Order: sequence, then structure tokens, then C-alpha cells
Amino acid sequence: MKIGKDLVAAAATPMVLGILADGESYGYAILQRVGELSGGELEWSDGMLYPLLHRLERLGHVESSWGASPSGRPRKHYRLSSSGRAAFAEQRQQWAVVSRALQRVWSDRDGGTDFAGAPAFGGA
Amino acid sequence: MADHLEPRIEDQISAWRAYVSRPEAMDGRDVDELEDHLRGQIDRLAASGLDADEAFLVAVKRLGGLDDLSREFAREHSDRLWKQLMIPGESRAPRTGGLVVAVGLAIGAAVAIKIPALFGIRFGEDGDFYARFAALLVLPFLATYFLVRRRASVPTIAMVGVPFAIAAIVMAVYPFAPDGATLVLAATHVAVALWIVTGIAYVDGRVRSSRSRMDFIRFTGEWLVYLALIALGGGVLVALTLGVFSAIGLDAEWFVEEFMVPCGVAGAVVVAAWLVEAKQSVIENIAPVLTKLFTPLFTLLLLAFIVAGFLQGSLVDGGDAEAFGQRDLLILFDIVLVVVVGLLLYALSAREPLAPPSWFDRLQLLMVVAALVVDIMVLVAMIGRIAEFGASPNKLASLGLNVILFANLIGAAWLQLRFTMRRAPFERLERWQTGFLPVYLAWASIVVVAFPPLFAFA
Repeated sequence: MKIGKDLVAAAATPMVLGILADGESYGYAILQRVGELSGGELEWSDGMLYPLLHRLERLGHVESSWGASPSGRPRKHYRLSSSGRAAFAEQRQQWAVVSRALQRVWSDRDGGTDFAGAPAFGGA
Repeated sequence: MADHLEPRIEDQISAWRAYVSRPEAMDGRDVDELEDHLRGQIDRLAASGLDADEAFLVAVKRLGGLDDLSREFAREHSDRLWKQLMIPGESRAPRTGGLVVAVGLAIGAAVAIKIPALFGIRFGEDGDFYARFAALLVLPFLATYFLVRRRASVPTIAMVGVPFAIAAIVMAVYPFAPDGATLVLAATHVAVALWIVTGIAYVDGRVRSSRSRMDFIRFTGEWLVYLALIALGGGVLVALTLGVFSAIGLDAEWFVEEFMVPCGVAGAVVVAAWLVEAKQSVIENIAPVLTKLFTPLFTLLLLAFIVAGFLQGSLVDGGDAEAFGQRDLLILFDIVLVVVVGLLLYALSAREPLAPPSWFDRLQLLMVVAALVVDIMVLVAMIGRIAEFGASPNKLASLGLNVILFANLIGAAWLQLRFTMRRAPFERLERWQTGFLPVYLAWASIVVVAFPPLFAFA
């Protein structure tokens, strides 16, 4: 399944904020985590993560510092700031609303008065 | 996972780095970050069985197209973008075409400023005419330059054109008294208002974007620097013209006054803008130096003034009798405050937004606080004068300006304090200052449109 570009773009910010809410991380690890969390379905070209991280940094949602990778190369680490935590909480609420609304739309379709479609989809 | 990959792959990574480093929207640190990512990806792919060459290719491919990537970086770091004005894949052309357009419009402005002469209005004599129309004769050419260069859409052209038309009607129709105070106020404020409207053309209609507004503020500062440089050269040219012709017994003064100076200034307005657009990396190095040089000096001036003001005691007595209440002094300090805010804006626009707060930011905080104190002193004296002598258009115009500056400085001081304490990101400071552009525009428009009738065009 290929997830549309707009949806990927919209999900990117809450995804990254959420991952950073678990603790400090760096670019490559964040992308790995996105892959794990979405079972590999949510993909955007790797480079695009970095402008996003820089934007979040400019907005003050994340802070960064340069450290070193285990092999001694420079590595930029990101962590959530307090305003980032607030932004994350807000985005989370927004997404919860959207997701609940969508769930309801679909469950109305599947299990509504018109019974026709329900067996085919198998209401788990 | 080895510290170093095979030399062959190391070479390829170096070549990749050299290639990626070219778009100027990405700086060395960004490339470091991408390289870290690339190496992470290569390690992982190699661990899963790919040979190093394949791993490198796949990793580079997954980073995404370089054009897309640098465009995204450019969009995020527009402060870097303006240095080079070229995003791959987007408008590469205007750079050379810009000169022809600029020269044409500069000549247009120079001619426009002399068109009134066809109707017998001479530059040196009829002061009223040029007070009314100088900005309206020149700035449309500058605005047109940007509209052409940005290939502006029709709504943007309307957004710029309509205010110019309204300003032209107001300035033409209002029956100003000769040499009246409201005429002088309207003339200066219409220039400010139309400059900001020209900014709408500069940002190609993206008036809501704080970053675009900041770009325009940066442009304004650099435009002033180039204009000053052109003025210096122009001064030499004028002096030599006068000298050469007087040496052969001809008086060139009328020519200098009637043609060289007015046409030169009008043309320079457009040419300076072209220089800013075309030669940005030159000034880019000067801006931080200028602000670092003048911020301490203006801070000292403000502090010295505060100390002197309190030592004189004129403010403490509440008496505006001696030094402080004088009108000229108040105007002078209005100008000082405007310059300080301008300096602050220029410094903010020249700053790397992600850099952590430094000594310079703390010094700026001191300057802003000192300016705030001076502004309060000026406000107190001004209100005192209005209470004693009644309101006049000049007094109300400068009172309004001071109130706006006061609001600006309060917010600026607070955000600067939070920024130096690392409590707020730099972006908040930026947004605070760029948010004032519409306020300035609104106030200037009020002074132009509402003040003259309110004060019977006196």
C-alpha cells in the first residue's frame, strides 16, 4: 500500500514530535523508528526529515546539540523542548479527533442499518 | 560496523559530499548531518548483506532527489537562500534579465521626476509639488521592478497598485496649506507607507509570512547601505562636475540642481535595489559588522542621555522648561529611537536564527532597555507639552509614533530577555518585530489620510 504524499506530510510532524517525546534521538534513528512504528508503510525520502527537524528547531519545538556517533563522527541530536511537548499534546488531540471521526464514519458504513456490506468486511 | 568503510566507498562519500555541498541552501553542518544519515544507512544495508557499492547507491537514492532536498532546505532556511537567489529547478532566468529591467526602470524613475518640469514646475522652486509627489513619482518604478522580477500574479499587482492609486488621489486632492505642517507630515508618512507597500511587491504578495517580512526588512537595511554608497559616489561626481565647469568659466549649478541630483536620486532608488538583489553576498558580510559596530555606540548614546537627563533634573522636576521639553530635542530623540529600532531590526535580520544567545544579544537587550527608558522620558515630556500647549498635528504624530515604539520596545525587551535566558526561541523575536510592519503601515496611512482634514490642512 502506498500512502499518499499529503497524508505522509501531515503525519510527519506529530510522528517526529511523538518519537522525540520518548527521548533524545538523531535523524537516522528517528527514521528507523518511523519505519518500525508504521510497519514500513509510512515512508518519505530520507532527506526530507532534516528540513522538517530544522523547522521544528526554528519554531522552538526541538533543541539540538552536536555529539559524536560511536565511530566518532559528528552527529546531531534532537530533543523535545517544553513548547514542543505542548505542541505534541495539541497535535495529539487534533489527531485523536480526526481519527475518531474517521472510525465512526467507517463503522457507520460497516455496521449501520444497511446491512449489506458488513459480512463482506467481517466485523472483527 | 567499521569506523571507516572501504577506501573506495570513502572516496564515493567524499564525492557525494562535494556534490551535495554545492547548493548554497545547505551549509556544512547540514551536510555533516546528512552524511551521518548516509553512513547509518550504508552500515545497515551492508549488515543485511548488500555489498558496499550497492549499499552506497541505495542509501544515496533513499535520501531523495538533490533538487527536491535543496529546495526544502532553501524553503526552511530562506535566510541562506537570499544569498544566492537560485533554487535549482525554480526561476533561474531573472538574474541577467534583471539588469536590463533595472536600468530601464531607473531611467523611467529619473524621467518621471522631471516630467513636472514640462509643466513649468521646477525642482528647486515649487517645494509643495515635490513634497506631495516625490515618493509617488519614484517608488512605483521600484515596485514595478519587483513585480516584474517575481512575475507577480494579478492579485499581488492589485495589492500593490491600489494603495499607490489611493495615495496619489489623496495627495493630489487634499487642499494642503502652503508649507503646512500636515503637508510635511503627509509627505513623510506617505513615503513610509508606500515603502511598506513596495515591500508587498518585494515578497511577491506573501504578506502573512513572517520570514518574508524579515527578508524585506533585511532588504531595506541593505538597500540603505547601497544607497549611502551611491550617494557618496554621487557627491564626488557633483563636486567634480561643478569644479570642472567652473574651471572653464561655465556655471553648472543649475544643471546639477535641476537634473543631476533629482534624476540621480530617483535612479539610485532602483539601482540600489538591483544591487541588493544581484550582489547580496557582498553586503551579507557587512551587515553583521555594521550592527556589531553601531549597537554598542548607540547603547552608549542612550545611556549617556539617560544619565544626562536625570542629572539635569528637568524630567524629575516635571518641568519641561529647560532642555527636555524643547521641540527640536524631542524630534531628535524620536529619530534616535527610530534608528535604534532600525538597528535592532537589521541586527535581527542579519542573525543566524539557530545560533545560541551570545554577548551581543545581551548587549542588544541593554540597548533595548535603554531605548525603552528614553522612550518613556520622551513620552512624559511630550504629554506634558501637549497638556501645556495643546495638541498640534506634529505633536500628535510624534506621540503616536512614540506609543508604537513603546509597545514595540516593551515586547522586544521581554522577548530578548527570555531569549538570552534561553526561555524563548529566536523565532519569537523575529515574529514580534515583523508583526509591527502592518502597524507602521496603518499608522502612516492614518497620518496621511486622516490628519490633514482633522487639522483643516493647516
